[in-house]
Amino acid sequence: MRRVFVAGIGATKIGEHWERSIRDLMVESSLNAIKDAGIDKKEVEAIFVGNMSSGYLQGQEHLGALLSTWLGIPGVAACKVEAACASGGAAFHNAFLAVKSGVYDCVLAVGVEKMTDAVTSDLTSALIMADDQEYVAFAGFSFVALNALVYRAYMKKYGAKQEDIALFAVHDHKYAVNNPLAQYRRAITLDTVLSSPLVADPLRLFECAPTGDGSAAILLCSEEKMKELGLEAEVEVAASSVATDILSLHDRDDLTTLVSTRRAAEKAYKMAGISAKDVDIVEVHDAFTILGVIHLEDLGFAKKGEGWKLVKDGEIEKDGKVPTNLMGGLKARGHPVGATGIYQIYDVALQLFGKAGPNQVDDASIGLAQNVGGVGGTVSISILKRVR
Amino acid sequence: MSYMRSIPRVWRERKKKYRLIGGRCKDCGKTFYPYRTFCPRCGSNNVEEIQLPHTGIILYYSVVRSAPTEFKKYEPYIVALVKLDDGTIIPAQITDAEPSEINEGMRVEAVFRKYREHGKDGIIEYGIKFRPVIEET
Repeated sequence: MRRVFVAGIGATKIGEHWERSIRDLMVESSLNAIKDAGIDKKEVEAIFVGNMSSGYLQGQEHLGALLSTWLGIPGVAACKVEAACASGGAAFHNAFLAVKSGVYDCVLAVGVEKMTDAVTSDLTSALIMADDQEYVAFAGFSFVALNALVYRAYMKKYGAKQEDIALFAVHDHKYAVNNPLAQYRRAITLDTVLSSPLVADPLRLFECAPTGDGSAAILLCSEEKMKELGLEAEVEVAASSVATDILSLHDRDDLTTLVSTRRAAEKAYKMAGISAKDVDIVEVHDAFTILGVIHLEDLGFAKKGEGWKLVKDGEIEKDGKVPTNLMGGLKARGHPVGATGIYQIYDVALQLFGKAGPNQVDDASIGLAQNVGGVGGTVSISILKRVR
Repeated sequence: MSYMRSIPRVWRERKKKYRLIGGRCKDCGKTFYPYRTFCPRCGSNNVEEIQLPHTGIILYYSVVRSAPTEFKKYEPYIVALVKLDDGTIIPAQITDAEPSEINEGMRVEAVFRKYREHGKDGIIEYGIKFRPVIEET
């Protein structure tokens, strides 16, 4: 099979970019990735843009042609890919398939979301579109409330405590301090988390990923193209998978596990020829503390009901067994929804290139990024491997 | 947004939404809401329409304190997964009670109530909410 390599990575800082538009953000991250690879932008043959809500938030669709135009490479193949919060991961999956298949040799996967163009309640309306409009959004659920139900189910089933689960947010903030692109670069305490206002009981504000603007991009090339361009093949995409689950919680048999994570992980581990224990660094989609804990379990790093122990026992720290979210995760790096999946791969790649600064894990050679859409309606998993 | 202006969108769901019409899979036994032609669990199309019961219990609930625009004026309000007497789980609001008055396992019954409005001059979307059952003494 054809091999696919990361040729370049680029991203904007995540935050409130009042002076910049959705197009400005995706042009910047794309150019950064192209510049990082050190190639001419005319080498790019196709672009997949991961984005969830540009139609609702900006009144703008057709992001593929918009980006190719503003990037100055009209003519390339381009389209938007949408899978709610997993849009970035799904765009990456398409870019991977495009190169892996042999149709293209140089493809850009971009993720972008511009959230500050909307007031909070309109954003809340946009985000619940990840679930069933007619039967779930209709009933007044916010996306946070859906995750609150998962939280209740988990605590009831496993007897886990909120004060242990909420440590995930403290963890993320600790590592974001050293990430120049992170939205919130300051440490917080457990007390700050537990005394923050309720958003949807029992979920508190500091257990939820913030809203922000951002864009990230990954340039993928075939092995042949890397040689032709004189690029050194350092990081390979060892696997990329997508899996879905029943869209709405009320139709599922178990609220405490994401079947889509388990399915996507099984496919990805098989494709990469590895198992969970081979993974050196992990990025999980902890849009809410409780989901971070559940992801650790569903990816195979902890038994069901015990994911929170990994957090509490320091095993997801830089020197732990499963170093996780070392650039701040969704809580502190930030969560510009459709861009998150690409930021996660960016951060894994950064570690494998040995460019993660103070948060660098020694000898990291295999990294996994898990990107979740809705409450697990879609999950995308990418496994990257250092090859030299 | 156009979905909050469309009358046919609301009209076409009326039977399932107003009368609690669910489905039962004759192959795996799962019951679900609303009715659809394929079982969400096993994928079978050997599915029949069923009338769901109007009473059940609160399985899990949350209180929405930061609501979508269409529900902003009702904050805070209670949303829940209600487990009906036949085991079917449905998403709905809990009404006629304060957040401090409800708990998991509480018995509830269906009532017909307003959910959201299409602006000042549009239609009103109604549906089933659940309220605590007041036990007769």
